[in-house]
Amino acid sequence: MNLTYTSREQVEVYRFSWGVTVGVPLLAVFLQAFIPVRVAAFRILDLPLLVTIFFAVSRRNPITGLGTGCLIGLVQDALTQHPIGVYGIAKTVVGFLASSLGVKIDAEQPGSRFLLIYFFYLLHQTIYFIIMRDLANEVLIWSWRHQLLGALLDSLVGVVLFVFLDRFRQRA
Amino acid sequence: MESFFARHKNATVLAVVLMAQILGLATQIRRPAENGPVRLIRKWAVAVISPFERGFVYSERWARHAWLDYFYLRGVSRENAALREQIESMRLAQVRIEQDAAQARRIQALLQFKEQYISQTVAAQVIGSSGSETSHIIYIDRGSSQGIEPNMAVITPDGIVGKVLHVYASTAQVLEITDQTSGVGATLVKSRLQGILKGQLTGNPNLAYIMADESVSPGEDVITSGGDRIFPKGLPIGKVASVSPGKDLFLTVRVTPAANLSRLEEVLVITKIVEKETDTAGLGPIRAADILAQRLPSVPDKPAESPAKSGETPRTPPATIAPAASVPGAAVPKPAAGAKPPAPAPKPAASGNANPPANAAAKPKPAQPQPAKPAVENSKPATGGAETP
Repeated sequence: MNLTYTSREQVEVYRFSWGVTVGVPLLAVFLQAFIPVRVAAFRILDLPLLVTIFFAVSRRNPITGLGTGCLIGLVQDALTQHPIGVYGIAKTVVGFLASSLGVKIDAEQPGSRFLLIYFFYLLHQTIYFIIMRDLANEVLIWSWRHQLLGALLDSLVGVVLFVFLDRFRQRA
Repeated sequence: MESFFARHKNATVLAVVLMAQILGLATQIRRPAENGPVRLIRKWAVAVISPFERGFVYSERWARHAWLDYFYLRGVSRENAALREQIESMRLAQVRIEQDAAQARRIQALLQFKEQYISQTVAAQVIGSSGSETSHIIYIDRGSSQGIEPNMAVITPDGIVGKVLHVYASTAQVLEITDQTSGVGATLVKSRLQGILKGQLTGNPNLAYIMADESVSPGEDVITSGGDRIFPKGLPIGKVASVSPGKDLFLTVRVTPAANLSRLEEVLVITKIVEKETDTAGLGPIRAADILAQRLPSVPDKPAESPAKSGETPRTPPATIAPAASVPGAAVPKPAAGAKPPAPAPKPAASGNANPPANAAAKPKPAQPQPAKPAVENSKPATGGAETP
């Protein structure tokens, strides 16, 4: 596992083409909406969250990171019946923190990526839970077992997905 | 001041974006969008995502039909023979059911009972979902241009699915009965207890408001009560999976949905429900003895005496004694070999009674041939709509 602190100069900053910037998040939202119709257990994964984390740690720009998270979250919100902004707020915070952390941490190794995704999944779920309970007045039950399992599965899928998405990166 | 914002630019932008979203959230919670107009962002998101979903679903369906209809025909002749046998046995059962139905209609007519009939349905394909664990939403490929409106019931041949929540031009959002914001008026078939089926975040929905001193057994059927004014009365919801003591003097009754909600492909949207009194035309005259027997059900039956012993002419048996074939569970006499099955009871006239009551339409089969022209109150079916026979 390689989780190292690096200086700003040592960290690579990447950018993406417009097609990838727009297409990958949309594809993630589409798959998240389409696959659960066939495989209900797929709901435990959160592909838009994985894409948010990937773009945030690759670009390493907090404002871009929070903007990406905000837009992806709002589109995800629009597909549910819940108030718009619940996923938006959660992913805004995750995008901001992931890109801020990406400046300080070398998130190129599978081990560090696994831990990052694990942490940010739990953070995302915590924010989502608090907003739904305290702002949207919905009754939710927090299950540690379910959340930890979700974090584990998302982290495993995320590590593989990040390797695939690495191909679209361009050095800034 | 300027240097402060320049120094904390990232944090400031984060705070502004979060505040904007929190304010937006607060506005929506004060004015729930369920009964109001659909928000623009929802329209945009659905407009972007649904064409891809639709394309995938249609190509998958085309490929599967091509494979099953033209290539994979193994076992079709055996299945055909089994279906023929099933039709024969169902014809015999139909005779008994028609007699029961005729009797029920007579009683309903006496009570001036109004029934709900599913008059018109639209078949739709499930093309997507919300993708969220906390939101049990599906999207169908029919929208306002096909006559879909909010709060219409969505069903499958197995049982109810949910209700239409938001409608777009060619897509509609359906709230499943398993969502925790969903509520359906329900009745337990055996005990006739009524409650509200509420979705849960995880697991099966719960039949709420059944008192703890009531007796509910697992396996009991649950049907719609019609009290929610969305689902017609008598549609199957599911079966009681478990019963346990709950909070506040109520039982926790978990219900397994009859429809397989985790793998839905095609659904029916009920676009028109007609409420009318039972038509007894064609059922034959009602005898005074029948009316008396139905109004005075406590009159005991006299023991049968042999005419030879009493020396009187034999009397007509009391009307309360049902014929063997109409007793639930009674065996239907098998016709002798070569003999014709007994003639079915006279069918109701086509003057508006061709549609079965809602509980009879619980298993709609859009592909089935229609035995009689369905009665519609001068309304054109929506595009792609199917009149339920």
